[in-house]
Amino acid sequence: MTAEKVFKNPANLKRRKFVNSLMIFLCVVSSVLTILPLLYIFIYTTQSGISALNIDFFTKLPKPVGETGGGMANAIVGSGILIGIGGLIGIPIGILGGIYIAEYSKSFLAGVIKFTTDVLSGVPSIVVGIFAYGVVVLSMQSFSALAGGFALGILMIPTVTKITEEMLKLVPQSLREASLALGVSRWKTTLKVVLKTASSGIITGVLLAIARAAGETAPLLFTAFGNSFWQTRLDQPIAALPLQIFVYAISPYEDWHRQAWAGAFVLIFLVFVVNFLVRFVTRNKYS
Amino acid sequence: MTFADTEEEEPEIEQASDPSVIIKNAVTTKDLSVYFNKRPAIENINIKIKRNSVTAIIGPSGCGKSTFLRSLNMMHDMTPKAQVFGEIFIHGENIMDFNTVDLRKKVGMVFQKPNPFPTMSIYENVTAGFRLNGIGSRKEHDIIVEKNLVSAGLWDEVRDRLKTPALSLSGGQQQRLCIARTIAVNPEIILMDEPTSALDPVSSSKIEELIYNLKKDYTIVIVTHNMQQAARVSDQTAFFYTGRLVEISKTRKMFTNPKEILTEEYVTGKFG
Ligand SMILES: Nc1ncnc2c1ncn2[C@@H]1O[C@H](COP(=O)(O)OP(=O)(O)OP(=O)(O)O)[C@@H](O)[C@H]1O
Ligand SMILES: [Mg+2]
Repeated sequence: MTAEKVFKNPANLKRRKFVNSLMIFLCVVSSVLTILPLLYIFIYTTQSGISALNIDFFTKLPKPVGETGGGMANAIVGSGILIGIGGLIGIPIGILGGIYIAEYSKSFLAGVIKFTTDVLSGVPSIVVGIFAYGVVVLSMQSFSALAGGFALGILMIPTVTKITEEMLKLVPQSLREASLALGVSRWKTTLKVVLKTASSGIITGVLLAIARAAGETAPLLFTAFGNSFWQTRLDQPIAALPLQIFVYAISPYEDWHRQAWAGAFVLIFLVFVVNFLVRFVTRNKYS
Repeated sequence: MTFADTEEEEPEIEQASDPSVIIKNAVTTKDLSVYFNKRPAIENINIKIKRNSVTAIIGPSGCGKSTFLRSLNMMHDMTPKAQVFGEIFIHGENIMDFNTVDLRKKVGMVFQKPNPFPTMSIYENVTAGFRLNGIGSRKEHDIIVEKNLVSAGLWDEVRDRLKTPALSLSGGQQQRLCIARTIAVNPEIILMDEPTSALDPVSSSKIEELIYNLKKDYTIVIVTHNMQQAARVSDQTAFFYTGRLVEISKTRKMFTNPKEILTEEYVTGKFG
């Protein structure tokens, strides 16, 4: 068909306009379908959770079975500690692994790391929990914050590695060359130019990993174990929000159900706050 | 020696192997060949480039101009499939005797597309060579910024917005910023790979003027597709064709009375 025909044929034009609107419509429908469940979860959790939320929830320990009231202060702090330990393990290893794969991708070792992280990202989190149980809990002879943090850290590694690798590969080669051509060594170039340029994307990946780890329950069941009392020692069992939510949600008590919703709401809210804070602190003044 | 020497008919290789010649020249290559995946991109290039001169490199696309230029600051190190053979002397010293970082401080490079660091301000870009290496105080940086932006002809345009992102500059300004950044580290030789091909005519002529002014302090090698530009800025011109150096002569001679018929056809636009 000649170009003239394409432009002058009204039937053709009509059809193309129709297909165009149809496609746009489908795109809008899919976006709405993506957002709906998220919105639903958010609204439902907020509705059910906020009613049980009060100062006590943030400051008090859980009450013994049968008594109403109490809070999840220990679980909130516990989750913070577990994620902290997990982040200390998972983020540096993940970022270094990502750098290695992206910047030295020709080496055999990089291929091995890439393959390993791909496999690791497909391993169910409960399996990672069992691994942490075998490695940390059994050797320390106790459930502990360390074991839970270790499990979360391992779960973070593949996410962080993958995103770091992808973000570094997006940095144009011309920037690496610009830096090298100024007489800056390879590793300084990687650290101060490549990593810095990619930093906002990497931060997104780290946040995603943190958010996921914050909600993990299964790997904590037999590592952190949970605790009804204050515990900040790292070699002792420690409470965590998802564990507490889990225990409360399957209990037969009405009051605990409401507290479980409140816990879920706080978990979502905390992830949101961490997200916001990290972005604010690390924002790039030039982009 | 004078430029007249390079126009003589005697084989370049014999001249190049004379040690005194090597030291007098800013750049000397001996049988320089570069292979990508075992396929030659340039072969047996013998060139001598005098100090404080401007050498233009011309030739059709893919003939190896960038490849030649990038071998002078060992940029091929970054390409695992690249192999470099032959010898390169910078002011008489074999570049194999340098470590790459020191070599690149002596041999700066300006790229085809302006590539300021996007995470840095104008000020930080000019001092990038120092900052990234952790050298120099704040005061020293201030002096470096002003001096080099003046040399690059950019000072008046940016003096009151040094803290703004480098990417807020126009393409031509960005390229002059990149030149400022390159000369800030005090190189002896500046390699430029089609520095004006992404720029408008006004920005291009500013950069040409700049090249002319920089000549008294630096040795410049510039790749260009623009014959008029080569004729305007350079003292000598090298013509590359399919990975070989066809001819290197004084620019005036190159464009009026070249030795090789191939050169004549290229500069008069019969092919390429
Ligand atoms: N990284 C690389 N990997 C493989 N081949 C390459 C690479 N760089 C260059 N080449 C090949 O080497 C030859 C010379 O390329 P070069 O970039 O030096 O040409 P050029 O003269 O600079 O061309 P242009 O005027 O288009 O910039 C080409 O055939 C090119 O395909
Ligand atoms: Mg080129």
